[in-house]
Amino acid sequence: MDGAFVGHPEVAARFPDLHPEFDSRAAVVEANRCLNCFDAPCMSACPTHIDVPRFIKKIASGNVMGSAKSILEANVLGASCSRVCPVEVLCEGSCVMHGKHERPIEIGRLQRFAMETFYGAGGKLPLRQREERAERVACIGAGPASLACAAELRQLGFQVTVIDRRALPGGLNTYGVAEYKLRTADSLREVEMVRKLGVEFEMREVDAAGLAELEREFDAVFLGVGLGAMHRLAVEGADSVRESSAAGIGASVGVVDALDFIAGYKTGERLSVAKRVVVIGAGNTAIDAACAAKRLGAEEVTILYRRQRENISAFAFEYDHALREGVEFFWGTLPVALRETEHGISLTCMWVETDESGSLQPLKGSEFTVECDVVIPAIGQSPLVELLVQARGVTMDRGRVVIDRATGQTKNPKYFAGGDCVNGGREVVDAVADGKRAALGIAGWLSTRTEAHVG
Amino acid sequence: MADLTTNFAGGIKCPNPFWLASAPPTNCGEQVMRAFDAGWGGAVWKTIGEPITNVSSRYSSIDWSAQRMMGFNNIELISDRPIEVNLREIEEVKKRYPKHAVIASLMVESKRETWHEMVKRAEGAGADGLELNFGCPHGMSERGMGSAVGQVPEYAQMITEWVKEAARTPVLVKLTPNITDIRVVARAAKRAGADGLSAINTINSITGIDLDTFEPRPNVDGKSSHGGYCGPAVKPIALNMIQQVNSDMVDGPPIPMSGIGGIGNWRDAAEFMLMGCGTVQVCTAAMHFGYRIVEDMIDGLSNWMDEKGFVTVDDFRGKSLAKVTEWKHLNLNYRIVAQIDEALCIGCQLCHIACWDGAHQCIHLDRVTGPVDGHVEVHAKPHEAGRERIVVTPIPKLDPPKGHVGAYATSLDRIPRVDETECVGCNLCSLVCPVDQCITMVERSNGLAPETWAERTCGMVERAG
Repeated sequence: MDGAFVGHPEVAARFPDLHPEFDSRAAVVEANRCLNCFDAPCMSACPTHIDVPRFIKKIASGNVMGSAKSILEANVLGASCSRVCPVEVLCEGSCVMHGKHERPIEIGRLQRFAMETFYGAGGKLPLRQREERAERVACIGAGPASLACAAELRQLGFQVTVIDRRALPGGLNTYGVAEYKLRTADSLREVEMVRKLGVEFEMREVDAAGLAELEREFDAVFLGVGLGAMHRLAVEGADSVRESSAAGIGASVGVVDALDFIAGYKTGERLSVAKRVVVIGAGNTAIDAACAAKRLGAEEVTILYRRQRENISAFAFEYDHALREGVEFFWGTLPVALRETEHGISLTCMWVETDESGSLQPLKGSEFTVECDVVIPAIGQSPLVELLVQARGVTMDRGRVVIDRATGQTKNPKYFAGGDCVNGGREVVDAVADGKRAALGIAGWLSTRTEAHVG
Repeated sequence: MADLTTNFAGGIKCPNPFWLASAPPTNCGEQVMRAFDAGWGGAVWKTIGEPITNVSSRYSSIDWSAQRMMGFNNIELISDRPIEVNLREIEEVKKRYPKHAVIASLMVESKRETWHEMVKRAEGAGADGLELNFGCPHGMSERGMGSAVGQVPEYAQMITEWVKEAARTPVLVKLTPNITDIRVVARAAKRAGADGLSAINTINSITGIDLDTFEPRPNVDGKSSHGGYCGPAVKPIALNMIQQVNSDMVDGPPIPMSGIGGIGNWRDAAEFMLMGCGTVQVCTAAMHFGYRIVEDMIDGLSNWMDEKGFVTVDDFRGKSLAKVTEWKHLNLNYRIVAQIDEALCIGCQLCHIACWDGAHQCIHLDRVTGPVDGHVEVHAKPHEAGRERIVVTPIPKLDPPKGHVGAYATSLDRIPRVDETECVGCNLCSLVCPVDQCITMVERSNGLAPETWAERTCGMVERAG
């Protein structure tokens, strides 16, 4: 679980960086394009409110380390955010350059340039001047929300332990982001920086008993557990064939969920996939899985979606990317049955129409079959209800932990929460913002509690 | 159709008023002939004198916002080639390009006979005119030449007189800006009978220091020396000095001026001509982009002249001189205020912060919250609340688009408002605004008759008397 992780060279070769890095000269040219808006809209648009003009002008002046530190001050996962953020709908989407009919400033790439320079120079995040505090906080889950929460709490002097059930920390940054956007090694590099602030990491499962123990031992608990398993494909026959292509096998037939599929190649366990792949769903994860299948050698990759192009939850640029990778889309297509044949999998589908009330109506008699080898459902994740209901007094609403938005505090004042388990599954930057807000909430709550004790 | 043919300083004829200044681009005959092929009307030869030894390196520059060479600095001396080689090449160029102007720039030691001989040899080679280099600010000045002459009016006058004794072609004196009042040397040249002036030469400069080695640039084996500054950065300084000289009536009316200093395109050239220059000289821009830049200088100036109805350069030469006056003659009752075109505003709010921190605190961000007039308003910091506001990545299906206020493309809460009662009409906001024509300065009549400071204080004196 440390910097020793080295990506598989074949994965590196098949998933090269999607966007080229700026060299220092180009970064300065781009940084100089920035107007340096006052009270800049890009800063308001960023969930972590990175002071964008400030870090960009530091690049322009040649103070790149200062630039990186000003990014990390607001967002400790500035490096991964610079690679995975949907900047088109965030900072770059709000850039005033649009009003001039000019390209927005390439904020994401500039941020990435600053962060690469920082890590390349062996940059260390300095601890702020503050008193060490005795209070201990446990962060469950080692994904972006917990990392941000833990880093901010350490910066405020608290003792923090991050606990995660997987072998490597980093959550979806490590296991779930398309490798051409963010490499597993880069995610771990970022975790290392958080660890160097003095955050403890324990890689172990937390069950009901464990949770009760944590509640006793720690002064506060942050739930950054994310979401649970992916929704299963509710199709006749879907559970009968599990695909299990590991390195070197390559042609296995069956069903594998998108996150397992992505984690498989990112950790180097999967280096290939059979020829014909069907992905079900049209969110960002579906696109990541479909593009990954292409890069792992699939010849035909088809995304089936029950609604139409205009209804997809993937960002427009992700959709465009999938088209460029050669992914095909079947709109208004609902899989209804799946069975293994001697040549692979036969997926029975129906055409679907949306009626006036907006509900989907399969067209009678429209059944047709799609022949394939692998089916990858990417139809969302279930909440981790089993674990979360064990947290005494923590309430949930439609699968999401209920919190006070400003502090992250749950109905049990000792528990705080943030990230996907609260927002139902959004971006890394949203999890970071949640985690940081919760850290401030925890610090505030612990301080008032201490004062009450003293008083 | 515009006619750019020029007859300068009583006899230097050329197809257009664009000359290459005496500098590396005019170092040898081969270069000058290529320059003439590219379209240049004239060339002032790299200063001829006893050959010198140069150092390496020689140049350094100032970049601005990733634009290269906004200001350029050199520590190169005059020609390092033998006098006879330069003269032989001048002869050859004139043979092949009889209609183009070749001006010999000269610098020799301050002896009458030496100057006489140099003048005769240059004219013998076919030079159409002579330019006396009294401006070189580095190296040569340490040897009693260049700006060492140009900074002492008596020397400048004396040497110009020596040259005039021998010269048959027009004599131009090149002025150094490294002097408190450039007019005193211009007057000396006039008294000595010079036929024209060239201005400005380069400005003493140290362009910058390497923050790793602490050595200023350009670096010559660990040390540097001040150089001469030129390029776009010096244009405003040059224009002012030229205006001063061309409006100066002491020791006779102004004499023909060849403008120099940061000229890089036809617009710059037109401005120097409006300030009274008969020709313009270019160096840095040609060193940056090559001789080819002259094509657009000719084309652009011709098109502009056609548009304005000018046939020859003389039709507009000096037109702006009358529009420069002393401050005390400016109308104190003229009033303009800033006006923001809401339809063009992109919401960068640079006008707001510039006005607030750098001017008169009259551009407000209160279109939605309501006006808070007056200069005593305590100015809010950038939305503290905005920074604490909870923002999430929008998902189209789940999140409604952000609130947009008003009828303009930019939400009204980001469009600043000008408080005209407090606006002093300083122009700052319109200068920082990145959108062309978004902030304009419009006249607001205050019903008062024009009155200058001179008139007002004159009245006070009368009243006091």
